[in-house]
Amino acid sequence: MSPSVRLQEMIRVIRGARTQGEERGVIQRECAAIRAQFRQADNGTRSHNLAKLLYVHMLGYPAHFGQMECVRLIASPRYNEKRVGYLGAMMLLDEKQDASLLITNSIKNDLSHSSQYVQSLALCTLACMGSAEMCRDLAPEIDRLLRASNSYIKKKAALCAVHMVRKVPELGELFTPAARSLLSEKNHGVLHGAVVLITELCERNPDTLEQFRKAVPELVLMMKGLVMSGYSPEHNVAGISDPFLQVRILRLLRILGRNNDTASDAMNDLLAQVATNTDSSKTAGSAVLYETVLTVMDIKSESGLRVLAVNILGRFLLNNDRNIRYISMTSLQKIVQTDHNAVQRHRGTIVDCLKDQDASVKRRALELSLALVSAVNIRSLMKELLLFLSSCPPELRAHTTSGIFNAAERYAPSQRWHIDTILHVLTTAGGDVRDETVPNLIQLITTATELHCYTVHKLYRALITDISVQSLVQVACWCIGEYGDLLLRGECEETEPVQVTEDDVLDALETVLQSHMSSPATRGFALTATMKLSTRITHNVDRIRSIVSIYGSCIDVELQQRAVEYNALFKKYDHMRAAVLERMPVIDKSSPGHTNGESAGGTIKELEPTKLTQEIVFPQEPSNQVCDLLDLLGGSGEPFQPSPSLSSTAPGPASSTAGGDLLDLLGGLDVTPAPPSVTVYEKNGVTLKLQTDTQTDTGMTVTLTATNSTDGDITGLTLQAAVPKSVQLQMKAPSGDVIPAHGLGQVTQTVLLNNPNKVSLKIRVRVCYTSQSSVCQDTVQIDSFPSTAW
Amino acid sequence: MMHFLLLLSRQGKLRLQKWFTPVTEREKKKVTREMTLMVLARPPHSCNFLLWRDLKIVYKRYASLYFCCGLEDQDNELLTLEVLQRYVELLDKYFGNVCELDIIFNFEKAYFILDEFLVGGELLETSKTAVGIAMEEAETLQEVTHTQSLKCDTCPNISICFFFSLNRQWRSI
Repeated sequence: MSPSVRLQEMIRVIRGARTQGEERGVIQRECAAIRAQFRQADNGTRSHNLAKLLYVHMLGYPAHFGQMECVRLIASPRYNEKRVGYLGAMMLLDEKQDASLLITNSIKNDLSHSSQYVQSLALCTLACMGSAEMCRDLAPEIDRLLRASNSYIKKKAALCAVHMVRKVPELGELFTPAARSLLSEKNHGVLHGAVVLITELCERNPDTLEQFRKAVPELVLMMKGLVMSGYSPEHNVAGISDPFLQVRILRLLRILGRNNDTASDAMNDLLAQVATNTDSSKTAGSAVLYETVLTVMDIKSESGLRVLAVNILGRFLLNNDRNIRYISMTSLQKIVQTDHNAVQRHRGTIVDCLKDQDASVKRRALELSLALVSAVNIRSLMKELLLFLSSCPPELRAHTTSGIFNAAERYAPSQRWHIDTILHVLTTAGGDVRDETVPNLIQLITTATELHCYTVHKLYRALITDISVQSLVQVACWCIGEYGDLLLRGECEETEPVQVTEDDVLDALETVLQSHMSSPATRGFALTATMKLSTRITHNVDRIRSIVSIYGSCIDVELQQRAVEYNALFKKYDHMRAAVLERMPVIDKSSPGHTNGESAGGTIKELEPTKLTQEIVFPQEPSNQVCDLLDLLGGSGEPFQPSPSLSSTAPGPASSTAGGDLLDLLGGLDVTPAPPSVTVYEKNGVTLKLQTDTQTDTGMTVTLTATNSTDGDITGLTLQAAVPKSVQLQMKAPSGDVIPAHGLGQVTQTVLLNNPNKVSLKIRVRVCYTSQSSVCQDTVQIDSFPSTAW
Repeated sequence: MMHFLLLLSRQGKLRLQKWFTPVTEREKKKVTREMTLMVLARPPHSCNFLLWRDLKIVYKRYASLYFCCGLEDQDNELLTLEVLQRYVELLDKYFGNVCELDIIFNFEKAYFILDEFLVGGELLETSKTAVGIAMEEAETLQEVTHTQSLKCDTCPNISICFFFSLNRQWRSI
């Protein structure tokens, strides 16, 4: 039987195995036979054995013992053995394996082989799994092949060069001249490879980019040729001549035209021509149009062209094909910040896509809708978003709720609307909202003083309907506790009042307390609310007293503690009860204690926030403190900081903070906490401090302060900052760029950060300055902020 | 740049895998498993594009096989659909009405065709006919060297087998 048929026979046997165990048995036998064969001398069946091993490998079984066989086969003079050997190398070896280095020499020899098919095997393998060392070794060979060989080899060499540049960027300089000359080739394969290579070179090296800008007219001509050419059977796809090459040329033009007026001007006509003449009824045409639109939006194109591009995207939005709608929304997302009005025109269609069946399309539509929210369309858009929330897939719910809250916070037309919206979200998807929603909503309710009656009525109704959504129940309990008297009064202007008795209200709260659906935090809310009602109702105070005393022996320690304290309030401190449980003052949104996710109820907790801030300042500045302490205690002068001139740091601020810190250590309570500040950079006498000024749920204002303790002025100070992708950064103008010497003055710069996705915030700051006529540049990364928010 | 190309059967079996970035065996298995779960769970007529980790996944179903590839951010998804279409056409031309069994029993040929079409994660040849021509010539070279090597051997049976294998080759062209 021919050895090759045995491969197919083996496959048939494996596929015929009825159980996993049977298959494993067959494969173990075959692998043993293969291993035995590998150990034997050359018998003409090596390539078939390796092929069998590769099949076994694809099924998921270990095949590492074939690695050396690959190396041997690659070195064989026979083409069929080389072919399978190289295939094995690509499948079993990668740059992490040691054996991959062994094939470097074989590849080198094969690159100069007389047969172009052997050369191509070597090129293909090198481009697939060549390590950095192999690339460095063989780069000159590739350069030679790029210049002097036939088109079959040239196109492979071009892609091999692309791989090399990706692995070892310095090799880019070696390939640049050859790449330039390849642009004049006629063969489409070679042209395609050349364009890919040039794209890679330009992306990595700005100088090369400058050089290749001169090639823009040539590229434009090439593109025009493709667009205007007649039917070519070899390259035609659905009426477009070589869409693959067209898309790559457009992508290269995009990189060349970015931020450059001359290059962009040279392309304008071409892009307009492609945009208008390309037939987009099939995918190939749409792909070319898509790339054209991306290019137009990225370069400095004239406004007419931009309008054309957005219109194309609008047309795509109405297309029946889901793929086209998806990519149109992806592109619109990219330009929604810059061309906001243009995208707003298509809001209706985008909102319709929210109702699409497909999960990918829904996600895109959601992102885009959230980006399109503005003060003008907030009411109508919110209606759509709330409708979407009731039917959206579970993986999108958390994102939708947070998006809705952000939008509501920014553009709420009235407080009542805001409260209604949040309540609606809580009733629909209360399980998917973030923890901060509860305190945020409570804070919002306290500020809307004229709506207290309305709110408590709504919440009471929601509570008696359903107590399973924890966040809603927590807010409802808090409100009933706070504004129970308004509820009992039985009159309300904004909504139909409920006629309840005190017993009904207490029943509702007790149901929450006793229900197994309530989380411990919720029960805490309910207990405190019950307690607060003792000053707001008149008849049933005894009932409250008994509830509270029962929970004095509750297993949950938190509830037990509360109940015991409230009991004490009833017994020993009854004279204080009214004062302790009176109406809460309006909570200030930016107070540090507010962002604590725990329950905001209970006035006993209220005194904590200020003390908490002080405690938090401590761990952030240990080194600062210790050094200041040392200074105060007549320090040993041991440098804790790298710069020795720190001991002569402006004495004023240092000693006051040191004094303040020492006082705090001795147990004093500073009632007005200074905004926490952290030293992030100290070198050459330049100190950079970071201070958090204001904080909201998703934003933060940070002030960077630079001081100078050297003898000479620091000039040319610039600060640059970088943040993670989803965070938005805005740097205000600095107060100056000269820091006077001896700490006599300072430079401040305010930075606004917006973190809508609440990712962990890191900021990298680059400091550049000239000190004593030498330019210094440093980068620092700040991972933790002097705050409790994130 | 394409990071990987996987061919998955309807039952979740891997029929072809090509990785264009260095990935450990464990990671390959993990990615394959995740792709299988994600792509096979998609209802028919849904969008062919997905987002996964930091890659764009483009998949297309042809009969019982799912062609699935991972792209970088700047790659054109619609064009990749055309690339997958072209690869299937090439397989079809080579095998003559290709079906999953052809790819199972002749997987090494499928790889050879892929290597004439995609290299280093990028498209190598845009012409419809060039890949087929290259494959034919490579096959011829293979047969020629095989014959030459066989002439040196003395085993009588193999010449008959060679005749059989040659017949098989001509039929597929």
